[in-house]
Amino acid sequence: MARKLPATDVLIVGLGWTGSILAHELARSGLNVVAIERGPWRDTATDFPPAYAQDELRYHIRHELFLRPAQLTMTFRNSASETALPIRSWGSFMPPNGVGGGGVHWNAETWRFLPSDFQMKTHLTERYGEKFLPGDMTIQDWGITYDELEPYYDKFEYLCGTSGKAGNIKGQIQTGGNPFEGARAREYPTPPQKQPYGPTLFAQAAKEMGYKPFPQPSGNLSQAYTNPLGVTLGPCTYCGFCEWFGCGNYSKASPQTTILPALVRQPNFEARTQCEVLKINLDGSGKRATGVTYVDTSGNEWEQPADLVLLCAFQLFNVHLLLISGIGKPYDPRANEGVIGRNYSYQVTSSVDAFFDDKIFNPFIASGSIGMCIDEFNGDNFDHGPHGFVGGGYMGAVQTNGRPLQTTRTPKGTPRWGLEWKEAVAKTYLSSYEAVTHGSCCSYRDVYCDLDPTYTDRFGRKLMRITFDFHENELKMSQYLTDRLAEVVQKMGPRQFETKPRRGPYDVTVYQTTHTCGGAIMGADPKSSALNRYLQSWDVSNLFVMGATAFPQNAGYNPTDTVGALAYWAADAIIKQYLKSPGPLVQI
Amino acid sequence: MITNKLQLNSPDDVGSGMPRPPQVQSGIRRRELMLTTATTLLFSTHSVLARVVQDSLPWEQNAGAPPTEVKPGPWAYFTAEEGAAVEALVDRLIPPDPQTPGGKDAGCAVFIDRQLAGPYGTAEELYMRGPFADGTPQQGNQSPLTPAVRYREALAALDKYCRATYAGKSFTQILDNEKDKLLSGLEKGQVHLEGTSGRAFFELLLQNTQEGFFADPVYGGNRNMVGWKMIGYPGARYDYRDWVDRHNERYPLPPVGISGRPEWVRKAD
Repeated sequence: MARKLPATDVLIVGLGWTGSILAHELARSGLNVVAIERGPWRDTATDFPPAYAQDELRYHIRHELFLRPAQLTMTFRNSASETALPIRSWGSFMPPNGVGGGGVHWNAETWRFLPSDFQMKTHLTERYGEKFLPGDMTIQDWGITYDELEPYYDKFEYLCGTSGKAGNIKGQIQTGGNPFEGARAREYPTPPQKQPYGPTLFAQAAKEMGYKPFPQPSGNLSQAYTNPLGVTLGPCTYCGFCEWFGCGNYSKASPQTTILPALVRQPNFEARTQCEVLKINLDGSGKRATGVTYVDTSGNEWEQPADLVLLCAFQLFNVHLLLISGIGKPYDPRANEGVIGRNYSYQVTSSVDAFFDDKIFNPFIASGSIGMCIDEFNGDNFDHGPHGFVGGGYMGAVQTNGRPLQTTRTPKGTPRWGLEWKEAVAKTYLSSYEAVTHGSCCSYRDVYCDLDPTYTDRFGRKLMRITFDFHENELKMSQYLTDRLAEVVQKMGPRQFETKPRRGPYDVTVYQTTHTCGGAIMGADPKSSALNRYLQSWDVSNLFVMGATAFPQNAGYNPTDTVGALAYWAADAIIKQYLKSPGPLVQI
Repeated sequence: MITNKLQLNSPDDVGSGMPRPPQVQSGIRRRELMLTTATTLLFSTHSVLARVVQDSLPWEQNAGAPPTEVKPGPWAYFTAEEGAAVEALVDRLIPPDPQTPGGKDAGCAVFIDRQLAGPYGTAEELYMRGPFADGTPQQGNQSPLTPAVRYREALAALDKYCRATYAGKSFTQILDNEKDKLLSGLEKGQVHLEGTSGRAFFELLLQNTQEGFFADPVYGGNRNMVGWKMIGYPGARYDYRDWVDRHNERYPLPPVGISGRPEWVRKAD
């Protein structure tokens, strides 16, 4: 039986990027805030100091910083005709754990979405006609515009100190930046990172082909930066241990390096770590959240009452908690009704491997978000009419790491072991290069999350079941993007190259990205969205749900900048509107 | 080195004259009670209690958790026969050549042994609840067996297969070309082992062998950083600012591991 604790104003589930942002904004406005985090407190000096942070086995292969599947996992199947089975060991994506969340182990690629991404359904229908879209595609508009979100993108980027070159300041196209991006109010907080050899060659080749290459916006900083909260980050040292790792140098933007030092000084903020929220509690009407029930490491259950509940866990766990707590109508793909679990989506990545004889790339001199990219084939930046698919992605030479277990690639036909393998690896490690595409993923009627009928977690709660496969639209897109990328790579002059477009079926064992999206999406209509444009639950008005959970479909960019911007956008709505008059912020 | 320093300050080091880290510090209120066995394994070793953080960032002396260095010595998990078989196996997956030692001398078998003796071997962190059913390849490994048990069963089955096929000889006793043919048969699913999937074992073994060849030497493999030297990887370095824009030039410094380089470390007495 849960013991009841004294009530707080705001209860936050999960202290990652969005939890830290909301906690800071609301504590600063005078509210008492309690954040409950399933994992441990993590900090640079104790958890990933440069004395031992550069450990590929521990952090990448053995998943040190991530949630243990023994604690909680999901089941997976490619289609509703299969029986879902548990994901027993992480593969395709890496659910975070602990304070800082995904902000600890991301690559820090800090992209804005395109203006048209937020009106994807309307935009594509107007340009190509409704019949151009597959009948089972369920893409939607977001209910907000890029222009509305721009100040909040700006706020998040200035929190992080993002290193980059603007391509569009107040409508003026800037040389050297991404000319396709939406207008931004001002330049990036810090200049771009330096580029190693591979990205430099890629940019030369792309430029010769008439493209407009630009440095990838990076949350690994080109120089020291003190953010508006007075927290200082150090310059990135290009050590190449970013994704899967915590940064030992205080140079990757994370809650630890940008916001937590300021947040903990708020006397009305309290974090409880290694406490797992079991469910969100509702009152008798089912329309109001009364708080949460959580369990600590001793197995004791606690009830924490709160006036306002903010669900800030990772995307998958937000959806799981909504399903477990009975909030919102679960999605039913047969009837095409319900909203919780609807419009689950992902990211469609691909690569081109190039093998050279005369080049030394030093792949280990890297940063998770270094690189030169082109955006000609993202979103609707090109005419999709002749191609028969929608969506797109950025592509480029993104030198994230040279860690040997991840990056010892060999040309096709090389044995996987023995002397020939050994010779090939020794020969190609420094002289080969991988360029990548990072593509969008539309949502579909038969791709969704619900509760699994068979498998449970250690508390007896049903696991969430993911039903997902790539659709023809995405596979066509990946082929097209990879072919365009291969043309640029060929121009770089390799001895040989291999194109690796994404192919189906989706394989949950092979790492692709941790950009799982959707499941409780934002929108304008409560029949097809779980959240209104302020990320407020349509069903329970004192509940807001953060993160990529709200994306109706995924764009051809990494999600974190948009996740951070939406958190600031929601915080603003809570402070300026909700607190003055608690209740639904959008009336239907 | 690092380990010694930690021991000096550990709460168990009564009478050393060193200050002991207090259980309650400014900014940290530890909440409640002993762990139950059911939850112990679920949390990292150095911060096992639910805690409340308020007013300042938590800070504890020596709170870091550096890896424990694998020491040479007897097998921790394998029997002598198993260990010999694995040494022979890894030495065919990564054979010695004039420039670089093979899997055995690189320590891959020691690496695998120590991994199997730890949380990896017991699948401690994985979801191991039933029911267990075979799924599609896209659904991933659904075996109820831990890696340690998979090795034990597969090595026994491999031994049985070898003795039946090669006139009573074990894997260690057959010729290199016979070993390679057998490994290739396992890889392609053409050699069948009794009671276990030879192909699945081959994949597990290949993965673990390469881990042992390229992981930091602190884990017992990649001895003298031979895997890193072979490809030109400088290891656990963390500052390339002077080198990022020196294009198409070979990086000049030798590799370094988490525990340094062999020549930096005082030889054991």
